[in-house]
Amino acid sequence: MKLDPTDRALINRLQEGLPLVPAPFDSIAAELGTSVDDLLARLERMKAGGAITRFGPFFDAAAMGGAFCLCAMAAPEAEFEEIAERVNAFPQVAHNYQRAHRLNMWFVLATETPEEITAAADGIARETGIEVLRFPKRREFFIGFRVAA
Amino acid sequence: MTVTDRDIVRALQGGLPLAARPYAAAAASLGLSEAALLQRLQAMQDSGVIRRIAIAPNHYRLGMTANGMTVWDVEDARVAELGAKVGALPFVTHAYERPRAPPDWTYNLFAMVHGTTRDEVEAKRARIATLLGAASRANDILYSTRILKKTGLRLRRKGAACSD
Repeated sequence: MKLDPTDRALINRLQEGLPLVPAPFDSIAAELGTSVDDLLARLERMKAGGAITRFGPFFDAAAMGGAFCLCAMAAPEAEFEEIAERVNAFPQVAHNYQRAHRLNMWFVLATETPEEITAAADGIARETGIEVLRFPKRREFFIGFRVAA
Repeated sequence: MTVTDRDIVRALQGGLPLAARPYAAAAASLGLSEAALLQRLQAMQDSGVIRRIAIAPNHYRLGMTANGMTVWDVEDARVAELGAKVGALPFVTHAYERPRAPPDWTYNLFAMVHGTTRDEVEAKRARIATLLGAASRANDILYSTRILKKTGLRLRRKGAACSD
């Protein structure tokens, strides 16, 4: 979809976070030299066009007591689709990416407890017959998830 | 009835409405006042449960179709210092320390880099390599070629953790 400079400035600005006030777009519209109505219309259009997937709080599920683990597998190319289906069938798999590497399947397990992570990873290994390498986060160097639009 | 933080998370995990007063409608559905919801959200943000209230852009729709996970083998004793430096680069969207899995996997620092082309991503990888210098003993990049599954945060009802 076509984005004008104001749309891009809006995407860049709104990735940084909004103030927790009743009318959070007021100050941002002023910053960008536009009205709240114009800003909301732009956001609606970008959401409908797929440039924005979501607006709202970003929760740190780990801080709520949830557990996460990045995992990787080397799935033989010939069986890749079938293995992906088996892995994705586990509800604990939150997302899964194919990557160009010998370790070609990278997924994140999200569960309520650390024990469920172990159980799900073991279950996937059993179900597929492929070793599941586990890369739990030890430390996050968090700056912010920003993409320059 | 007490509205717990989990109730708030469940109500808002799908997002807030794009409206001039986005919290007002969400508060009504929770049986809270707008002011009370804002106060709870502020407390959750202060404690780290909420990182920020923001939009999530779709990289692919913005033309950022090259997505590389760069991985680095740095000394464990220096990973905190070096990871912070890599994470502070404006084009690095996420950086993590993770355990190695020898002999298959010797990398302990992960940094996500996006671009409109692989050349652009390679240029960013080269900047990380320059920053790390001799402290990085080896590195690699894993481009994503397909999203196989993507779901948002799906918090289940407490006490029903294994029922779905």
